[in-house]
Amino acid sequence: MQVIVNGRSLEARAATLAALVDELGYSGAWFATAINGDFVPGPARPDVPIRQGDRIEILSPMQGG
Amino acid sequence: MAFTIYDDVFASRLILGTAQYPSPAVLADAVKRSGTALVTVSLRRESGGGDAFWQLIRDLGVMVLPNTAGCHSVREAVTTAEMARELFQTDRIKLEVIGHHDTLQPDVFALVEAAGELTARGFKVYPYTTDDLVVGERLVEAGCKVLMPWCAPIGSARGPRDLHALRALRAAFPEIPLIVDAGLGRPSHAAAVMELGFDGVLLNTAVARAGDPAAMAAAFASAVTAGRTAHHAVPLEPRDMAVPSTPVIGRAVFA
Repeated sequence: MQVIVNGRSLEARAATLAALVDELGYSGAWFATAINGDFVPGPARPDVPIRQGDRIEILSPMQGG
Repeated sequence: MAFTIYDDVFASRLILGTAQYPSPAVLADAVKRSGTALVTVSLRRESGGGDAFWQLIRDLGVMVLPNTAGCHSVREAVTTAEMARELFQTDRIKLEVIGHHDTLQPDVFALVEAAGELTARGFKVYPYTTDDLVVGERLVEAGCKVLMPWCAPIGSARGPRDLHALRALRAAFPEIPLIVDAGLGRPSHAAAVMELGFDGVLLNTAVARAGDPAAMAAAFASAVTAGRTAHHAVPLEPRDMAVPSTPVIGRAVFA
């Protein structure tokens, strides 16, 4: 199905957010996730289903002022 | 020189941003020379390097203040704050809700709303605000225990545009830590606001974009200390007429 990850449209097979971040090659504790504007804590990712058209943000630490 | 915000004790009154340095090594040098105990960090879409940056910051042994830079709505700011809390393992959040693209002026209405929401969620909110007294009151009512007014637009290096407004803010909030965030360009600007009794300053561009960031960080650290010491020493009020400093009694008369 088609989802939008960090602004880019892509085809995903994963059924849950946890599976999606795995599929995209993310691992470890250095990124945080949100789906359709709502924060999803790491431990909750396996319970969050991915649906057609979902907008997913995967953010990591960055320099800031 | 230590001071407390919420229940965190900081050994330095200078808070330093981590963006725009020529290299990670220069950033690390500037953090060390500044003596800061707290640095601001951000969250962005993962494009590689986030892990290395976070490791660099952890190795510096300073506390972090994540920001919500770039957020233009309450919802964006709250979601970003939640993501930052998980990632950086801290309840501190520098709350920015930008209201104007050119001036990066805060949207103070959304700021107050977001501050209340984040306080209810257990965050220690550091609001980037203007020098408006009423907005300050609303932020304190919303639960903020620190206020961070700009003194000029972010990155402008203008220095304090209105020292009288900052002085009024200091007088209005004697018990609330006040930090000038944004607009400082030179160490003399930092000294000027510290002389007014501000509790600290938050800097980024003025150090990061200086010819020698580490040396400029050290210069700002000296200025913050000088300004704080001067505030405690009670500076003279300016006078319009000359007042001789050398005693006139006992003066020789030659004619």
